[in-house]
Amino acid sequence: MIEMQSVYKTYPNGVTALNGIDVHIEQGEFVYVVGPSGAGKSTFTRLMFREEKPTKGTVLVNGVNLSSLKERKIPKLRRQIGVVYQDFRLLPRLSVYENIAFALEVIEESPKNIKKRVMEVLDQVRLKNKARFIPDELSGGEQQRVSIARAIVNHPKLLIADEPTGNLDPDTSWEIMSILEEINAAGTTVVMATHSKDIVDKMRKRVIAIEDGLVARDEHRGEYGYEA
Amino acid sequence: MTVSSVGAVTTTLLLVGVFLAIMLNLNQITQEVEKDVEIKVLLDRTVEEDSEINRVEEEIDSIADVGSIEFSPKEEELERLIESMGDEGKAFELFDQSNPLKDAFVVKPANASNTMAIADDIQGIEGVSEVNYGREIVQRLLQFNDYARTIGLALIVALVLTAVFLISNTIKITIIARKKEIGIMKLVGATNGFIRWPFFIEGMLLGILGSIIPIAAVVSGYYYLYYNLGDKIQFEFIQLLPFDPFAWQLSLLILGIGVVIGIWGSVMSVRKFLKV
Repeated sequence: MIEMQSVYKTYPNGVTALNGIDVHIEQGEFVYVVGPSGAGKSTFTRLMFREEKPTKGTVLVNGVNLSSLKERKIPKLRRQIGVVYQDFRLLPRLSVYENIAFALEVIEESPKNIKKRVMEVLDQVRLKNKARFIPDELSGGEQQRVSIARAIVNHPKLLIADEPTGNLDPDTSWEIMSILEEINAAGTTVVMATHSKDIVDKMRKRVIAIEDGLVARDEHRGEYGYEA
Repeated sequence: MTVSSVGAVTTTLLLVGVFLAIMLNLNQITQEVEKDVEIKVLLDRTVEEDSEINRVEEEIDSIADVGSIEFSPKEEELERLIESMGDEGKAFELFDQSNPLKDAFVVKPANASNTMAIADDIQGIEGVSEVNYGREIVQRLLQFNDYARTIGLALIVALVLTAVFLISNTIKITIIARKKEIGIMKLVGATNGFIRWPFFIEGMLLGILGSIIPIAAVVSGYYYLYYNLGDKIQFEFIQLLPFDPFAWQLSLLILGIGVVIGIWGSVMSVRKFLKV
């Protein structure tokens, strides 16, 4: 699913984020990416949907080489990958329904299919009753569920979550985690960057720790490994 | 879309419209005058045989950029002289028997700006005695035309660029407000074309809205100029372009420039936000 071979990333301002990463992730895996702030977690996840381009090395996602992917082919790649952020990134003036439908409108899906599919994912994230609300009328957890619904509405093979529970209280975080687990159980690869010791230690999935731009640890059924 | 960006388009198009009206008329006038530029080639009296005359004609014809050549025998030249003098010309009829004039060619250049070069070349042909074309006037006319065209064009280009800059700046403000939206569109896999489309439409509308006042002003202004002041400023060789169809062509041109400016400005300002 994801294959990184000696990947380096140096930003134009001279900061080196990644210093030779080798990682292999199989289809259907659930992977936590952990590590101190500024160690390269975000850069690592951003490489997977070509928000960043590696300075050196190869990034293969679903067989596509992102290092040499042409600019105009990026949209097609992103339609196969769902992304969830800490700050939700919802459009404030659109309703829950419209925010999710938006992801299908940009790929010019037919209105009939859009309606059917949006209702499906709203059901999946248990927000069917809030379809007409705008983001500001929802709690943080509900907003994050909307953003997850938007991420999976295209049936992506890969879901990338960059600290999805970073702004949420523990109870709400567990709600989000159970939804992510369901999505993973249905066959979608999930890569989640997190700072939550609690979640990582309880869920016991694969853990990749990134420190100083290198893979410091890569364990199956791993632990968070840092002080909370 | 803001009042300020429509205002920028309106101001620019008003100026561009006035300049275009002046320039196109000026162009028309100079073209008319240029059409009248001709070179008179007088032949040596020794050139009498038809074969000789034909040879000179062929040599003139072989010079690049010669438009038309017309042979005018000395008898014709005399008649023309007599006619041009009116009653007093009668006196010249005496010359019927021993015509002091020379056979001539009247040469029209295909392109008036080459008149001087053509005349110089003709001067070098054997059997040509004199070449006349009103050097001073032609030179000044050509220079004036060149200046007028260059300055007019430069002004229009400068105006258009200024407008594009103003528009892209005002639109940029609305785009910064929509930066987040564009970022999310890119995230869910929207193509650049899909994102650009609404801005393209907005730019086009901007151009159309911005061209309403300029078109109304230029058309009514030209109407007044052509029908009310026309008699006072039009002479035999200074003719304004007829109101119909010129006013409509000009309107279309203003609209076209407006739409191009609007789209250009708006698409330019969205471009840098697409690099996500």
